Amino acid sequence: MADTKVTLSGWELDNPVIPASGTFGYGKEFAQCYDINCLGTFSFKGTTREPRFGNPTPRIAECPAGIINSVGLQNPGVDHVLAVELPEMAEYFHKKVIANVGGFSVEDYAETCRKLDACDQVGMLEVNVSCPNVDHGGMTFGVSPEAAAQVTRAVKAVTGKPVYIKLSPNVTDIVPIAKACEEAGADGLSLINTLLGMRIDLRTRKPVIANRMGGYSGEGIFPVALRMVWQVYEAVGIPIIGMGGVRSARDVIEMMLAGASAVQVGTVNLIDPWACEKIIGELPQVMEEYGIVSLREIIGGAHHG
Amino acid sequence: MKPTILTVRENVPLTGDVYRMVLAGDTGEIKRPGQFLNLLIPGFTLRRPISVCDWREGEVTLLYKVVGEGTKAMTTIAPGAGIDTLMGLGNGFDTAKSGERPLLVGGGVGTPPLYGLCRVLREEGKKPVVLLGFRTGGDVLLAQDFAALGAEVHIATEDGSAGVRGFVTQVMPELRYTYLYACGPLPMLRAVDGAAETGGQLSFEERMGCGFGACMGCSVMTKNGSKRICADGPVLERGEILWQTQK
Repeated sequence: MADTKVTLSGWELDNPVIPASGTFGYGKEFAQCYDINCLGTFSFKGTTREPRFGNPTPRIAECPAGIINSVGLQNPGVDHVLAVELPEMAEYFHKKVIANVGGFSVEDYAETCRKLDACDQVGMLEVNVSCPNVDHGGMTFGVSPEAAAQVTRAVKAVTGKPVYIKLSPNVTDIVPIAKACEEAGADGLSLINTLLGMRIDLRTRKPVIANRMGGYSGEGIFPVALRMVWQVYEAVGIPIIGMGGVRSARDVIEMMLAGASAVQVGTVNLIDPWACEKIIGELPQVMEEYGIVSLREIIGGAHHG
Repeated sequence: MKPTILTVRENVPLTGDVYRMVLAGDTGEIKRPGQFLNLLIPGFTLRRPISVCDWREGEVTLLYKVVGEGTKAMTTIAPGAGIDTLMGLGNGFDTAKSGERPLLVGGGVGTPPLYGLCRVLREEGKKPVVLLGFRTGGDVLLAQDFAALGAEVHIATEDGSAGVRGFVTQVMPELRYTYLYACGPLPMLRAVDGAAETGGQLSFEERMGCGFGACMGCSVMTKNGSKRICADGPVLERGEILWQTQK
């Protein structure tokens, strides 16, 4: 019997498949498609201290192997999430979830995390220092080792839950930032966020996205994400949640061989709402095909020998 | 939602760059006129959201305009092909508010979803008035089909080559109606909203990611807070629209 269980900072998941923040809302739309309790867990829509409407539309542009989005952290704010979204979620999702947190200052991150720390449904905090779609904050914290470490320390000081820092690929070298987060006390790392990209409409000769640029995600970024997971795995001792263009059980296994302890699945949810259910369903068969008895045993497997 | 493969029964040009596609399969998830389908076109990452023109058990009809590479590729799909489809998306029009004599205003390729609406209103025993605006007579869609449903039909074209010369808003003051339904380009919706004398519902368009409410790609701000055009719309009540937030 194939063992799909994995562990993140003491939290055992039935399988490593985790829908990525921003592609799964609070799970409600997907719970109408299938029983989402089959998921390892999921990372709900990025939450900020105050409510945010986000960026002007168009927010979405299509690419040959993915999409560009510039949603801009639209969310109802942490107080509404705690008062409304999480109690509603408890009715259709019975496992702990990952709370993804965005911010515009160190104090923002700390205050939002402090409030989420009080919620038993939250299994861990995933701190997004890598959103490319907001000014004054977001990615600026994730492109400097010092700033990323500062956010990590501030969040660790207000919560006893595991803290994973979600890193940006829009840097010359991701490794020093990953190491700075580890040294500042991060329990783990999530990587990668979207790659800054853009499209121009030939007819209007203007950028397709209202905000001009956005984050590129989808199958086209898988090799970049895999490479970064590989590099970070070589440099740190804390667990990595790998993500970026994952669409199949084979992609999950490849990401784990590169060093991921669990894997997030993003863009494909928007095209095929049943994608994660299918990936989980095909995992045991693909494991058998490659002679894998336990997924835990293959984490970082490509680095050895 | 459930995974659905629809089979292309017909895919033919109607007028210039507007095509009619008839699809066969399980249409049980379509509940109201004004809802849309999201079609996966081979070779493209995102699905294409297309409004339902009309539907019955086992069959759904779409009228779509070629506006880009995706809809251009749609025109090459041959009868017999299967299309991976998400069904019954969006809120659709609420016919309960229509009163006896609702006015249906369509502009260009915004006209098709009003056909299904008109059919349902007729089945409910109401007497819809249909007002359609196009650039030129060659663009006119569905006028005879609305008439065949028993609706009173008015046409306005910008060049006067069919019906009244000018915009639909020039015709509106001459019409008696109990409620307004409209679908068309944003400048038309705004003008129609300004000319309307009753309550009403307007159907909006926005570039979408998922089409089922997950990605927040198509949000608009309304008097009732942020709404997702794909899941909370595409139909909004006249009274909740904030025009200054529309482009």
